[in-house]
Amino acid sequence: MTGAAPPAGVGPVLEVDGLRKYFVSPRRLLGPQAGVVHAVDGVSFTIEARETLGLVGESGCGKSTVGRTVLRLLKPTDGTIRLLGDDITRLESRALRPYRRRMQIIFQDPYSSLDPRMTAGDIAGELLGVHGVSSRAERHERVAELFSRVGLRRDQIGNYPHEFSGGQRQRLGIARALSLQPSLIVCDEPVSALDVSIQAQVINLLMDLQAEYGLSYLFIAHDLAVVEHISHRVAVMYLGRIVEFADKRELFANPLHPYTESLLDAVPVPDPRRVRRRRIVRGDVPSPIDRPSGCHFHTRCPYAVERCRHEDPALREVAPGHRVACHLR
Amino acid sequence: MDQAGTPGTSGFGDVVLEVDDLVTTFRTPDGVAPAVDGVSFEVRAGETLGVVGESGCGKSVTALSILGLVPSPPGCVERGTALLGDRDLLALPERTLADVRGNEIAMIFQEPMTSLNPVLTVGYQIAETVRRHDGGTRPGAMRRAVEMLDLVGIPEAQRRAREYPHQLSGGMRQRAMIAMALSCEPKVLIADEPTTALDVTIQAQVLDLIRELQGRLGTAVILITHDLGVIAETAHRVVVMYAGRKVEEADVTTLFDAPRHPYTRGLLASVPTLDALRDGAAGERRLAEIPGVVPKLTGLPDGCAFAPRCPLADGRCASTRPAFEEQRPGHSAACWHAHTAREAAREAGQ
Ligand SMILES: Nc1ncnc2c1ncn2[C@@H]1O[C@H](COP(=O)(O)OP(=O)(O)OP(=O)(O)O)[C@@H](O)[C@H]1O
Ligand SMILES: Nc1ncnc2c1ncn2[C@@H]1O[C@H](COP(=O)(O)OP(=O)(O)O)[C@@H](O)[C@H]1O
Ligand code: SF4
Ligand code: SF4
Ligand SMILES: [Mg+2]
Ligand SMILES: [Mg+2]
Repeated sequence: MTGAAPPAGVGPVLEVDGLRKYFVSPRRLLGPQAGVVHAVDGVSFTIEARETLGLVGESGCGKSTVGRTVLRLLKPTDGTIRLLGDDITRLESRALRPYRRRMQIIFQDPYSSLDPRMTAGDIAGELLGVHGVSSRAERHERVAELFSRVGLRRDQIGNYPHEFSGGQRQRLGIARALSLQPSLIVCDEPVSALDVSIQAQVINLLMDLQAEYGLSYLFIAHDLAVVEHISHRVAVMYLGRIVEFADKRELFANPLHPYTESLLDAVPVPDPRRVRRRRIVRGDVPSPIDRPSGCHFHTRCPYAVERCRHEDPALREVAPGHRVACHLR
Repeated sequence: MDQAGTPGTSGFGDVVLEVDDLVTTFRTPDGVAPAVDGVSFEVRAGETLGVVGESGCGKSVTALSILGLVPSPPGCVERGTALLGDRDLLALPERTLADVRGNEIAMIFQEPMTSLNPVLTVGYQIAETVRRHDGGTRPGAMRRAVEMLDLVGIPEAQRRAREYPHQLSGGMRQRAMIAMALSCEPKVLIADEPTTALDVTIQAQVLDLIRELQGRLGTAVILITHDLGVIAETAHRVVVMYAGRKVEEADVTTLFDAPRHPYTRGLLASVPTLDALRDGAAGERRLAEIPGVVPKLTGLPDGCAFAPRCPLADGRCASTRPAFEEQRPGHSAACWHAHTAREAAREAGQ
């Protein structure tokens, strides 16, 4: 592939500031009252060229919503999103189009995210057609290049998704995402559905592609070991907010937020000799409609003190590049 | 965690379930697929046997075969025995087997809604299991159901017992299913990917719960998972499956320290671990890949099923299937080069 364009500019590829995304939840029969789902509630971060930012947290804490809002697949409630320096927060369809080319997404489920009636070649080349970037012949050549780059055979171009294994379908999704030479790819649980041995193949591929094309990733996953492996920096989310943010070495070696600490402690380590020292959080994540007062984590936090019940801790920088939202740190 | 001493036997009770030479096939458009091909294992009271392998390798079909739940057609349990005490489960008539299920053997699944009925309250369903087990009164069984919900850590058990499954969170549903499975105090609990759909925080709670109840009730547990971390933390002994066959078996420490089968070694090398960073080791290392994909069961090679992906494969591997043999006491593997594999592992700095 030629002309793989790491962004020309100097600044970050993505700058997100004070991002909010609320959903109005309809009144459910037996559930809580109608209310506002605070899916993303004031999230700020940047991603540099060639950088992977990992986003972790329990189910429902807002990771996918961040990814989808950043890509403008969802309309932000508040905040700003800058892609390659340009504010894209309120751009509408036509004005947004050139930016759409610069950012792509890879989904968790390679089974349901690909159209079963299209051939693999059409899937990989569809965006090239949509954006009218090449003639039919050029497109074919480009698809063939993409296939070999992601480790698919050229003779598979005419096959349908069901003829591929899970790992191959994920490679196909990656080929499609790469086709327009984006600057940023949101990877939403890209390896969660894959077998262990295939996971390693896809992770290695994503890392190789980043090195080769200077890609930036927003990498969403619930597997902390995978995030640790692939990320440069990591943000931990709880109930719509970032509660800790640091360089990955710093975060994994020296977690400061009690939530990060308990997440890390809960990860089973593939070493039977390891003595477990668990500070497991009790219970489930509270509803994002009716969040606990003060620090949202106080209902599950082993260190909570009276102050935590009514005072919301701000995200503060406690060491260079290490931010944490907790009264005690 | 306890260190399993002499592999296989120490510290546990009698053999509760003994599966021998189980063969289960499925008829498919491409031919007959040997989903489980000659699998044998035993599990003792108080012991957790981990079964690990990639999707499609036959873990779930093994469990379903033991319980008489293989859909037939297209499935067929062709051969083998599964001795629970002196009875062969594979030979029991369905009615007798139905009594054994949810009584002496219970099963929990990845998806709780496969065993919970959406239109009945959680408490009622557990109470019915209790009544089938001990034949007691309805109010007595209901009290027991609430006790069980409380035991598995569901807050406000009294109120939750009157709720329907959809009113519980995913983690709570999983715990309710465990409560139901354990309410009859089974001798054997088969847990098929019980925590795969859960967050690590809830997974840790559920695994602790299973362990705690096992300690209290002396249950033999068969834990099926693809997660090597879960295996390392939970299992005492481990069976590794590939393409319907058992390829390695050892106590958990031996399996992780000195795996003999190239597939096991490949699996262990391909998972990223948090420890790499915590221990200050290189975090940037490239993950080891197992090349290729899991083979189709209808077109397995004559020789070793792993040969097309194996770095040690030679002519003999391709033509002749290696027998499952004891390498040293309590540690078995099916590989012509199990010896070489050991040396390679040692050279790699084990
Ligand atoms: N379209 C929507 N309408 C209403 N609520 C929504 C919508 N999409 C997401 N939510 C809610 O927003 C919150 C965050 O959801 P999101 O999908 O971002 O979580 P997540 O962190 O990606 O979780 P998971 O790990 O399960 O993928 C959840 O409470 C979810 O139910
Ligand atoms: N109902 C079924 N019909 C046909 N094939 C089946 C059925 N259930 C399982 N199989 C096949 O049996 C093999 C083993 O499956 P399974 O035991 O579910 O694997 P896993 O190890 O992932 O639990 C797979 O090839 C699967 O496709
Ligand atoms: S602010 Fe209080 S409740 Fe919140 S994480 Fe810190 S100690 Fe726990
Ligand atoms: S028998 Fe041969 S192909 Fe099979 S695992 Fe051993 S070395 Fe590899
Ligand atoms: Mg998500
Ligand atoms: Mg299964």
